[in-house]
Amino acid sequence: MSNLMFRTCPETGLKVHGPAEALIKANAVVAVVFLLIGGLFGLLVALTRWQAIHLLPADLFYLALTAHGADVLVFWIIFFEVALLYFASAILLNCRLATPRIAWAAFFLMLAGAVMANVAVLQGESSVMFTSYVPMKAAPHFYLGLILFAVGTLVAVAVFFGTLVIAKQEKTYSGSVPLVTFGAVTAAIIAVYTIASGAIILIPTFLWSVGLVGEIDTLTYRIVWWGFGHSSQQINVAAQVACWYAVAALTVGAKPISEKVSRFAFLLYICFLLLASAHHLLVDPGISSEWKVFNTSYALFLAVLGSMIHGMSVPGAIEVAQRKNGFAHGVFTWLRKAPWGNPAFAGMFLSVILFGFLGGITGVIMGTEQLNIIIHNTLYVPGHFHGTVVAGTTLAFMSITYLVVPLIFRRELIFKRLAQLQPYLFGLGAMGISVFMMAAGTLGVSRRHWDMAFSDAPFSFDYPPAAFMMMGLNGMSAIVASLGGVAFIVVIVGSILFGKKRDDAFAKENPVIFQGSGATVAHHGDAGSLKIPGTTILVAVFFLSFVLYYFVNWKYLSEVWPLS
Amino acid sequence: MAEPDQPEEQAPSTDTEDHAEKIPAMQSLLDNHFLLLFIGVAVPAVLYTIWGVMEVAHIPIAN
Repeated sequence: MSNLMFRTCPETGLKVHGPAEALIKANAVVAVVFLLIGGLFGLLVALTRWQAIHLLPADLFYLALTAHGADVLVFWIIFFEVALLYFASAILLNCRLATPRIAWAAFFLMLAGAVMANVAVLQGESSVMFTSYVPMKAAPHFYLGLILFAVGTLVAVAVFFGTLVIAKQEKTYSGSVPLVTFGAVTAAIIAVYTIASGAIILIPTFLWSVGLVGEIDTLTYRIVWWGFGHSSQQINVAAQVACWYAVAALTVGAKPISEKVSRFAFLLYICFLLLASAHHLLVDPGISSEWKVFNTSYALFLAVLGSMIHGMSVPGAIEVAQRKNGFAHGVFTWLRKAPWGNPAFAGMFLSVILFGFLGGITGVIMGTEQLNIIIHNTLYVPGHFHGTVVAGTTLAFMSITYLVVPLIFRRELIFKRLAQLQPYLFGLGAMGISVFMMAAGTLGVSRRHWDMAFSDAPFSFDYPPAAFMMMGLNGMSAIVASLGGVAFIVVIVGSILFGKKRDDAFAKENPVIFQGSGATVAHHGDAGSLKIPGTTILVAVFFLSFVLYYFVNWKYLSEVWPLS
Repeated sequence: MAEPDQPEEQAPSTDTEDHAEKIPAMQSLLDNHFLLLFIGVAVPAVLYTIWGVMEVAHIPIAN
């Protein structure tokens, strides 16, 4: 392999394979475009559900909701995850990417599929929402678009595994792969099952849409589809945790406090995280309690254990690193003196906190069969996954993008003050969306419902006034999050197009990463200290919140079914 | 930007490896990505998809 295809990054010291770098750029750029499109549709949805504005008519509301779900829950995150897979394999393992031509074919297949599905939705005949439950029927090219996208993604994942084989054969690393790469391996494994589930159910559904198959069983559809729909969000969890470790390493030089434990937590994801899909089916008839309870209250909790390990390990690693960096005084000096003005660090840390407190705790509530009944199919469900996918994953992906632009695109960030503000703006908005949706859901407000006032309904129903207030606050939070999203796109796209070129000399004089952190992120090894009193207190606060919220929900349940 | 306190003494790095040592079974498992791929697909396929579809298949058909 010609050395002309590689460059050495002046900051990390890593060898960067040119074709891999080009593919990372292409996938990341397209991901951001779909974030913009999907985010816009999300704002329209939120402004419609804000009853005082009620922006869109019913048909356009369901169209916008379908486009929002597909663009941000599938296209934005999976394009970005493919970029991460190529980064975590070819770049971190110092090797060439396997079959770049096939990787480009995968990219164009994914792009064609995503565009086709969007066209189908915008034509107005496919407002079946993200879940596309049968017997609702979309246009055939909606399903075909999703199938093409899934096949392209599967090929990209195969390229990732091929790159791992090349790295091992060419001995570009010794021992185990770095922890960030192992997180990417976890995401890729989850992606294989996810995409297979999608293909298994969407291919017959496509054939049904063109009249070649008589009917699709609704219950079977829901089981297999959720193996795709929910699992696609589990790819996010693994990928975002890998981002946390990478950004913590690159911004403050953090190494995991115990790499063995962190790897074990990823193993828990591999074995159990996908089974959490069952929580969407906890009120479905025809499926036994044994299946429901095993897949949620047993298996899901083991995956939650994995998340709690990472939730302690990442701040713990930062604390150890900060103490080594000289901020050893007191319990929280390491946190106060953390680089909060660095958008990569701020976005990463906010992602850890918001994912844990909002997405994590509420996921356990929804995964408990008894508690699920009080919030099933209410706005609590999107409130939960806006806590995971928006406040958690999207914020984590945004944070690492602030490092990708100077290191991979080799451009200086423009509008640096706006970039510093952006994670807080987006995090605040995402937090509001999640909290107020869950509050409305707790008051019984349905999800996917155009008019909560039931204006033209033959039977009226009055939600409590507080529910309307929550939806208004949700709308305001969506505006704040949208401003944060626009700020992100302005900074990132503007930097790529107009940012000062970071040549090697400039990059050495103006590093964007912690000194020596290139080796930290690309090798395995522990922090070498367990002195984390601040993190221990944060974890105690988390557990206290968890226990209190868990029992508050049992109290709610007792009020639904009073016992005398 | 605040001035840092006195840096703590650097802990010894633990990322050096002794290749002569026997690799623990758990590490062998975690280093075998294709075995992990098999586990990661087989476990949910059996416990979630196949078990779930079997339950639906056993629902009696209404007369």
